[in-house]
Amino acid sequence: MARHRGRGVATINYPIGMNLGGDPSQALVHSNPTGKFTVSLSSIDLGQGMKSVTRQICAETLGVPIEDVYVDTADSDTGPHCMGSFASRGTHRVGNAVMAAAREARGVMMEAAAEELEVDPGDLETDGRGSIHVKGAPHRAISVRDVAIAAQFRQGKTISGRGIFLVPLSEVDPETGEMSPATCYAHACQIVDVEVDDETGDVTVLKMTSAYELGRAINPKLVEQQLVGGSWMGMSHALYETPEPYYPDAREGPRDFNEYLMPGPGDICPHDIIVLERPAADGPFGAKGPGEMCANPSLPAIANAIFNAVGVRIDELPITPERVLRALRARGRSVAPSRAR
Amino acid sequence: MLEMRKDIFADERDDDLREVGRPTQRQDILGHVTGTSAYYDDHHFANLLHLKVLRSPHPHARIRSIDDAAAARAPGVKRIIRGADVPVNLNTLLSLIQFGKDDEPSLATETVRYRGEPILAVVATSERAARQALELVRISYDPLPAVFDVEDALKPGAVSVNPVYPKNTFDYHRKYDHQKLRFGDVEAAFAKADMVFEERYQMSPIEHAPTETNGSIAVPDTNGRFTVYTSTQALFFSLDTSAKINAMPSNQLHFIGGTVGGGFGGKVDTLTEPLAILAARLTGAPVRYRLSRHEEMQFGSPRGAERIYIKDGVMRDGRIVARKVRAYFDSGAYTRLSSYAVVKCVAHIPGPYTIPNVHGDVYCVFTNRTPATAMRGFGVTALDFALECQMDKDAVAIGMDPLEFRVLNAYRDGDMKAHRRVAKNCALIECAQVAAERAHWPLRDEFRRMSSRKGGGEARAEAVADRTLKPAPPGAPRTPASSSQRAAYERPPADAKSPASPARDMPSPAAPPPSGSTHGVRRFSSIFGTRRR
Repeated sequence: MARHRGRGVATINYPIGMNLGGDPSQALVHSNPTGKFTVSLSSIDLGQGMKSVTRQICAETLGVPIEDVYVDTADSDTGPHCMGSFASRGTHRVGNAVMAAAREARGVMMEAAAEELEVDPGDLETDGRGSIHVKGAPHRAISVRDVAIAAQFRQGKTISGRGIFLVPLSEVDPETGEMSPATCYAHACQIVDVEVDDETGDVTVLKMTSAYELGRAINPKLVEQQLVGGSWMGMSHALYETPEPYYPDAREGPRDFNEYLMPGPGDICPHDIIVLERPAADGPFGAKGPGEMCANPSLPAIANAIFNAVGVRIDELPITPERVLRALRARGRSVAPSRAR
Repeated sequence: MLEMRKDIFADERDDDLREVGRPTQRQDILGHVTGTSAYYDDHHFANLLHLKVLRSPHPHARIRSIDDAAAARAPGVKRIIRGADVPVNLNTLLSLIQFGKDDEPSLATETVRYRGEPILAVVATSERAARQALELVRISYDPLPAVFDVEDALKPGAVSVNPVYPKNTFDYHRKYDHQKLRFGDVEAAFAKADMVFEERYQMSPIEHAPTETNGSIAVPDTNGRFTVYTSTQALFFSLDTSAKINAMPSNQLHFIGGTVGGGFGGKVDTLTEPLAILAARLTGAPVRYRLSRHEEMQFGSPRGAERIYIKDGVMRDGRIVARKVRAYFDSGAYTRLSSYAVVKCVAHIPGPYTIPNVHGDVYCVFTNRTPATAMRGFGVTALDFALECQMDKDAVAIGMDPLEFRVLNAYRDGDMKAHRRVAKNCALIECAQVAAERAHWPLRDEFRRMSSRKGGGEARAEAVADRTLKPAPPGAPRTPASSSQRAAYERPPADAKSPASPARDMPSPAAPPPSGSTHGVRRFSSIFGTRRR
């Protein structure tokens, strides 16, 4: 009886957004009279960081400091339509809508600034710190605040913008399945090291090493939060979770978190994460989305690592100690790891 | 630890951005860490009523009689709601985008089709009063035989679960009981392959397990409007579903949400809002309907379990020449979103690899269990599990390193994918190389030198015609591919005349332009005006 180490790998890609029925999201951006901007959305922040990602995209596009942008979400009286926060679509779809709205608002802001400075709008640029100046002549400047006041009270302009991003409906061919399911894909490779106890059937995840390609990490901290959480979920799916432990038999399952097993703090392993950025042609600043895909490679990578450790294939989830022991017993001979890595 | 590898693909990117790419603190972090962010249940109302539903103890049964007289007289009970009280009791979520038929009641009337199906709602002055009243309801059932296994459900003579889909399968394109994928000729390729492997994989159902369970509060407002505080992850999806079920104009509903305690796909189904609104209309008081943890775990829609068979034809040099996938998605008793998971799954076959012959048949199957719904990785997670375990077995069988085997078969820019679109912006090979380097996984030089940007296209860009398909006679009208999939929020066409779409026999090099006549974009030209089914 012994513990056996093994290593497994999986490589995956993931479609960004949905295509059923068309996939639109809208955004509105407007300035208050003193040059602070509000982004109005009906999109939802589930904790993934929708407010923060769209805020950064808006500030970047407007050319104003992040503190001068506030994102208001999920009010059907004020926020224009969004399909919803699912399908890894938030950063890509809503981000694009916010970018379009911010671009329109920026256009009015620059016109208003040009009128105040008596120059051509094309000669102006933002400094990202709350000021607009003539290119090459930073002393000929006006603050965004003063532009907003002028637009509101003297020029009669509304510094605002509307944005929509739509991925059109793709028909699905009934005979061949021909379709355009997504406009871009995120990618991942995950290598997992495990230890399998051939006496108890326990699987311990020792280490994860992963590379994810996400187009553009709008906020690397939020990306890290998604990737760490997603890998935890993947590990949990692989080894612990199900509300129907005897599936397809529908006998009573867990009713609360005492009975529904998930990995606790002591089961989490070190995770080396590397992020690559190959910008998507239609992503906001090239961004795709890390949301769903990061959970997926862990399931097979762990199953493959268990095979590498003890030489049995478990093709049914979750891979509980019971299933590991049954597989070892069914094979009926001593453990001989398939191959050292 | 997270490391950004800015050196890779640097020539495709501008890195001169000011706000994008920075680890800026979240806008909402202070509220979250100090406990002051307002979730739907943080809104308090003096005269709040509470809604609880009675759930079926049987997986399949006819309801013979319901006696709620004692419950109606119980202390604190303001109202009992039955299926007949729901203005539009039968609904399916994706009817908003004209996909599928109304097949699920808000409250079951004659038959229950899964254990936990709601039959009746009690609205009372406290949750405790509502629960105690539910104990007083007497229902007499005739239990019926039930089916739980997806393949059993497809056998001749199997119990019929859902009368809207009597054969226990969702209808695709009004003509098939599954969605097909056909690319090349897998049977011919199997005949020539050095090795052929067929394997079976079983995904488990999974609970979303959000910290905050599903719930909402509906509050009567002035002028006949209702304000709804909700945990939904799709605000207008839930608003329009609630408007349909309550037969109300959508602008009588004001939905407020946006700060949600985890979703993962489990808060799209609009489980609570329609009944909370109905109860608020019937009582004139604010009504809260929230799922208990037990309800959330057992009856709040899980990730659907999927059974997947994969057959691969592999050559000794490491090339995969054919892949055939047959999969059964367990939708439970009603459709919810599994019908669309099937389409996502079909689009994902055969994974991120260039394989010249691919065949897929994916079924959405009805069984007598809690209806499944979307969850993180919708339609793809289980397939990735199956595909990547299969890849490992293929590699071991031909004696190749599993990661080198993946890199060799990885899709590259310019390759034709099985759903007949050209791959672009690929990065699987680079992810494999970077992870291998970090984990000291020994990749040989030739695999370290490979690139997603080189070696694709040309012969790999060709879609082999599937000889098993009969070509349409010249000039014959095409079957409307979109007969059951139309643009968002569109009216059904008066006569299903298919819009122009690319000819079947060609590999389309790029996504087709939006089909002019059916597209929803013009219907979204204003903020509020045109959301109509």
